Amino acid sequence: MSAQIDRTGIKIGMWLFLYSEIILFGGLFVLYAAYLHRYPEFFAEGGKELNRIIGTVNTVVLLISSFTVAASITAIQRNNKKQTVGLLLFSIFCGVIFLVNKYFEWGAKIHHDIYPNSETLVSGEPGLNIFFGLYYVITGLHGLHVIIGMILLSVSLVFVLQDKVNAERFSMLDNSGLYWHLVDLIWIFVFPLFYLVL
Amino acid sequence: MTATQSFYHTPAPPHLTGMKAWLLTHDHKRLGLMYLGAIFFWFVLAMFLGLLLRTELMSQGKTIMDAATYNATFTLHGVIMIFLFVIPGIPAIFGNFFLPIQLGTDDVFFPRLNLFSWYLFMFGGLFAIISLFVGDGFPDTGWTFYVPFSVQNSANVGLTVTAAFILGMSSMLTGLNFVTTFHRMRDKSMGLMQIPLFAWSLYATAWVQILATPVISITFVLIVLERFFHIGLFDPDKGGDPLLYQHLFWMYSHPAVYVMIIPGMGVISEIIPIFSRKSIFGYKAIVWSSMAIAIAGSLVWAHHMFTSGMSDVSVFVFSLLTYLVAIPSAVKVFSWVSTMYKGSIEMTPPLLLALIFIFLFSIGGLTGLVLGAAGTNIHVHDTQFVVAHFHFVMFGGTGFAFFAALHFWWPKMFGIMYRFKPAYIGASLTGIGFMFHYVPMLILGLEGMPRRYYDYLPQYETGNFLAGFGGYLLIIGMVTMFVNLLLSFKQRMPAPVDPWGGTTLEWTVPSPPPVHNFLHKPQIADFPYDFTGVTEQLLQRGGEGPLP
Repeated sequence: MSAQIDRTGIKIGMWLFLYSEIILFGGLFVLYAAYLHRYPEFFAEGGKELNRIIGTVNTVVLLISSFTVAASITAIQRNNKKQTVGLLLFSIFCGVIFLVNKYFEWGAKIHHDIYPNSETLVSGEPGLNIFFGLYYVITGLHGLHVIIGMILLSVSLVFVLQDKVNAERFSMLDNSGLYWHLVDLIWIFVFPLFYLVL
Repeated sequence: MTATQSFYHTPAPPHLTGMKAWLLTHDHKRLGLMYLGAIFFWFVLAMFLGLLLRTELMSQGKTIMDAATYNATFTLHGVIMIFLFVIPGIPAIFGNFFLPIQLGTDDVFFPRLNLFSWYLFMFGGLFAIISLFVGDGFPDTGWTFYVPFSVQNSANVGLTVTAAFILGMSSMLTGLNFVTTFHRMRDKSMGLMQIPLFAWSLYATAWVQILATPVISITFVLIVLERFFHIGLFDPDKGGDPLLYQHLFWMYSHPAVYVMIIPGMGVISEIIPIFSRKSIFGYKAIVWSSMAIAIAGSLVWAHHMFTSGMSDVSVFVFSLLTYLVAIPSAVKVFSWVSTMYKGSIEMTPPLLLALIFIFLFSIGGLTGLVLGAAGTNIHVHDTQFVVAHFHFVMFGGTGFAFFAALHFWWPKMFGIMYRFKPAYIGASLTGIGFMFHYVPMLILGLEGMPRRYYDYLPQYETGNFLAGFGGYLLIIGMVTMFVNLLLSFKQRMPAPVDPWGGTTLEWTVPSPPPVHNFLHKPQIADFPYDFTGVTEQLLQRGGEGPLP
């Protein structure tokens, strides 16, 4: 019955959705916790094999992109369309860098015969198999979320260009930004769990 | 077009016509009815599958199907009943239709998301159908999809769990929508303790839907990944632990049983006071018990796994927590019974169904305690006793609450009244058939007959035959009820605004409601179950109240 847009309500809906995403990953973190308890030494060994430099670069890239997304939301509220578009483009570009890094990282691992059901893992230590199994599942699902986040940001970008998202109506951009922060936040947990473990 | 026209004649958005007015609608009432159509279809299908199963078991050896078909059939029965009937049933149909009205508003907060949820539901169902006919046929894993069988067998497990994944999304988004609606769309003058109990129960349910569903989603994703990539996360040969699968699975699937039962309890909390003409006993206690069940119910999942090889400490803790859930459940039962005490009770089909609910749900609850105690659980684990127990709760409970809701809100949803006599006959037959059907299973289970078995020893034949006989009685009863309801479309006895003497807001709007639900700004009562003056009103209207 209200003609006014209820921004708080839209935010509540979005936050609930984000909770559900966190719990989606939560299920995997439960697995991680249980298996870390069972195979601590192999998790440490596996963690050393991951490329910490690429992992750190990706963390920084995501953190910067989270900042630029937040800045783009401020920019649209100030009615600065040009700045918004620039910041969004940069954020999406950061997403691309993240995925390219991930591609090289996975590629190197696969090249070394480390992937689910590979000869090395199946005939090797079970603990390592679980570590890398979880590594592929969790970073894979996270990568999928990066892609979804980039799609959302791109749609917001198009809407900004079409003036459908503007200083008065920016819920779409606001919520895409929240989603992007979620992607970033999950990575903040994934990074130490795999790359910096012990 | 006048303001009093029902929503059937007023498409929303207004420019839509014909089929589009339904398929692209944002109207929560139309969506509720669309869910009703789909869910009713699934229910009838799975009901007959269940009958086939019990027919097979009526005599020893092969009766009508071979063992492989039997396994696939009970899986299909379980998957449909759980994911396509019991979980969405009451919230998606009656929740969609009545939550906004009970809260004094014109729609849910995210109407387009609501439509999207309906499509997800339909796609999930479609996937389930496709998985029946392609590849190696429907899974024979049981609805729990336990590893390693679900990962190793050749049937269409991947497609079926994808269907369940999509249905989970639909359920989760509906929950999200309801929570937001509850907080943001509620009439400004309606305080928390002025909200009808059905709306409260939907709120508690919605939280469980939001918080628990993602866990099953990720579990199903893992099954699909295991099938494609053989990662080995649940495979002991590769360092995995199958027990973890069971934990993840029940972390959702146990809270899910509260998604199934809490809305049913909400329906009963509406029906009992109205036909007792007496304010609900312990309104606040019922509200709190809904929330308490939702919270405590999320912490008991491992009681499904007492024989799976957990530590004794876990068994003890989960057994204790399971007993705790019995407390809020009992609070509700006692409140309903106390509401009826010294009330001026008027018998109607919804009330009869609600009473059968209380009776059957109590048996279900008490047998649940037998299962929740770690000692007795070992004896009856995975027997027919378990099957009988959860059917008492899910079917005797949620199923009968669903029938009660159907009879209670039918006049409001369609603006027509059904005949009472066939409804009484159908309901009684269903209740009697139910007892015939499931009590033998309780006994069979105590005597040691396992669940999911295709064949059995000679001493179990009498019990199985009786159960099968009860099954037929049960189905005759249900068909009588449904046919009676459907015949009301032909008889077209118009229903008044308030056929029962209700006090919540849905009984103040026309039957069926107009597209924006309210013709005037709704008057929010200080207390939603204040029956002062209702009896006089009914008497003035002439005679005995609602009887058609």
